[in-house]
Amino acid sequence: MRIKSPKDFWAGLMFIGFGAFAMAWAYANYQMGTAVRMGPAYFPILLGGLLALLGALVFIGSFAVEGPPLPHMNMRPLVLISVACVVYGYVMKPLGLVIATACLVYISAFGGHEFKWKEVTILYVILIIFSVLVFVKGLTLPFPLWPAFLGY
Amino acid sequence: MGDIFSNLMLGFSVAVTPIHLLYALIGVMLGTLIGVLPGIGPVATIAMLLPITFNLSPVAALIMLAGIYYGAQYGGSTSAILVNLPGESASVVTCLDGYQMARQGRAGPALAICAIGSFFAGCVATLIIATAAPPLAEVALKFGPAEYFSLMVLGLVAATVLAHGSLIKAIAMVLLGLLLGLIGTDVNSGVLRFTFGIPELSDGIGFVVVAMGMFGTAEIITNLELKDKREIFTAKVTHLFPTKDDFKRAWAPVLRGTALGSFLGILPGGGALLSSFGAYTLEKKISRHPEKFGKGAIEGVAAPEAANNAGAQTSFIPMLTLGIPGNAVMALMIGALMIQGIAPGPQVMNEKPQLFWGLIASMWVGNFMLVVLNLPLIGMWIKLLTVPYRYLYPSILVFMAIGVFSLSNNPWDVLVMAVFGIFGYICVKLECEPAPLILGFILGPLMEENLRRAMLLSRGDPMTFLTKPISAGFIVASLILLVIVALPALRKKREEVFVEEPK
Repeated sequence: MRIKSPKDFWAGLMFIGFGAFAMAWAYANYQMGTAVRMGPAYFPILLGGLLALLGALVFIGSFAVEGPPLPHMNMRPLVLISVACVVYGYVMKPLGLVIATACLVYISAFGGHEFKWKEVTILYVILIIFSVLVFVKGLTLPFPLWPAFLGY
Repeated sequence: MGDIFSNLMLGFSVAVTPIHLLYALIGVMLGTLIGVLPGIGPVATIAMLLPITFNLSPVAALIMLAGIYYGAQYGGSTSAILVNLPGESASVVTCLDGYQMARQGRAGPALAICAIGSFFAGCVATLIIATAAPPLAEVALKFGPAEYFSLMVLGLVAATVLAHGSLIKAIAMVLLGLLLGLIGTDVNSGVLRFTFGIPELSDGIGFVVVAMGMFGTAEIITNLELKDKREIFTAKVTHLFPTKDDFKRAWAPVLRGTALGSFLGILPGGGALLSSFGAYTLEKKISRHPEKFGKGAIEGVAAPEAANNAGAQTSFIPMLTLGIPGNAVMALMIGALMIQGIAPGPQVMNEKPQLFWGLIASMWVGNFMLVVLNLPLIGMWIKLLTVPYRYLYPSILVFMAIGVFSLSNNPWDVLVMAVFGIFGYICVKLECEPAPLILGFILGPLMEENLRRAMLLSRGDPMTFLTKPISAGFIVASLILLVIVALPALRKKREEVFVEEPK
C-alpha cells in the first residue's frame, strides 16, 4: 500500500483521532441517557462517531486517489508568532502593557523575513502609544501599564 | 407596502442619529481599510473588535460591524484592480478583468464602475432585506425544535457544499466544530464536558478566541511564508468617470449581478464570496464575446462587484430572521448579539425594532458613505498598499492580543488563541477549511439543545424530523444538495469555478 495523497492521509488520521477520542471520553465519563432524555454523552458520541467515520473515509481515500504532496511546514513563523502571543498573555499582569507589547512586537517581528532593530523599535513606539491612547485611555480597558512591583 | 415604509422610516430615524452615523462611518472606513490590505479580512477584524463592542449600545455595535463587512467588499476591489491582489477573498474574480483594465490605463473607470455597481446592489439588497425579512421571521416564529434542528442541518450542509476543496473534509470540519462547541458546562445536566479539570474551560472556549486563532494568527503565519512581493500599479489613476460605452456595457451585468448576488446571499452558506464567483461565471457564459473576459472586459468587473455587495448584505437575512449564520461573518454577528445579551432569532425584529430596522437603514447610509468617500480617497488607499507586510502583521497581532486579553483579563484566552492559530495553520496545510468549523462551533450547543427538545417532544422517535413537513423539507433539501455535489459531473464544475483564480 502506498499513500497517494499524504494530505488526506494525515487529515483522515486527525479526524479519526478527534472523533474516537470524543466518543471514548464521553462514553467513559458521562451518562448516555436515552433517545427521549439524552444524557450529556449522547450528542458527543453521535458527533464523534460520525467524525471518525468521515475521517476513515478520507483516510482510505488517501490510498486510492492521487493528491498533492505534503507542503513544507515553515516552523519559524509558526513557533515565533505563537510564542509571541503566549508571552504577551502571561507577561501582561505581572509586568504591564508596555513590556508585554514589547515582547509581542519584537518576538513576532523576529518571525518575519527581515528584522531591523531600528524599524521594529519605531513600529513598537507607534503601537504602544496608540494602544495606550485608544485602549487604555479611550476605551478604559483595565490594563496595568507598568510592572506591578513598581507600585503604579 | 405601507408597513415597510414606516419600518424603514423608523430605521432611518435610528441610523441618522449622529452617534450611529459616526459608527457607520468608522465601520465602513475600517472595512475599506482591511479590504484594501491583503492578509487581513473581515472575519479577523470583526473578531478583533467584538470585545470592544461590549462598551457600545447593541445598535451601534451591529451598525459598525456590518459596515466592516460590506465596506471590505469595496476595499477588496480596489486592491484587486490596482495591484492584482485580492484584498478580500470575494474580490478574487475582480482581479481577472479589473487588473487588465488598469494595465490598459483604465483603472479609473474600473474603480468607478465597481463603486457605482456596488452602491446600486447595496440599495437593492437593502430593499430586499426590508421586504423579505418580516414574512420570514413570521414563519420562523412558528418553528419548533425539530424545524430548527433541520434548518441548522441544512445551513451546515450548504456551508460545506459551497466551501472549496473536499466535501467530506468540509463536513468533518463542521462536526469537529460542533464537538468543540460542546466543551463546557452542559446546560441540561450541569455536567462539565471535555474540560479536563481546567476551570477556564467550564464556560467553554470563547468563540472570538477560536475565530481569531483560525482566521487571524493562522493567516499571519501562512502569509509569512510568502515573500513580500507586491507590485503596486504606480500609474496615476486618471479619468475616473466611465465612458458612455462603459455604462452601456455595464448596466445589464450590474443588474444580473445584483439579482444573482441577492439570491445567493440568502442561501445558507452563501455570501459575498460565492456571489462574485457565480456572477463572473454567469457573465462569461452568456456574453457574446467570452474571449474578451480576462482581457479587461468591464462586464467582468461590474457583475461580480455588484454581486458580492448584494450577497454580503442579503446574507444578513437568515441571521436576522432565523438566528442562523450563513457564513463565518454572520456567525460573528450572532456572537456580537450574544455579547449584548440578545438571543438571536425571529423575535429580535418584534422585540427590538430599533435595532433591526436601524441596522438595515444603516446599510443604505453606509453604502452611500462608501460611494461618496471612496472615490476621492483612492489615492490614500494606494499609499496604504505600499506599507510592507513586516509592519502590518505585528500591528495586527497587537490589536488581536489586546482584544483577546481584554475578554476576561486572563492569559488563558491568549494561550487558546495561539493553540488555534497552530491548529488553523495545520488545517490550511492539510486543505481543511476553517470556515465550516467556525459555523459548527457556534451552532453546536444550539443544535444539541434543539435535538434534545425535539426528541423529548416526539418521545424518542427520530422520525419526527421527517413527519413534520417544514422539517422534512429542510432535510430533503440538504440531501439533494449533498447528492448534487457528489455527482461527478457537477463536482467537476464546482472545482472549475473555484480554480479560476489568477496565478
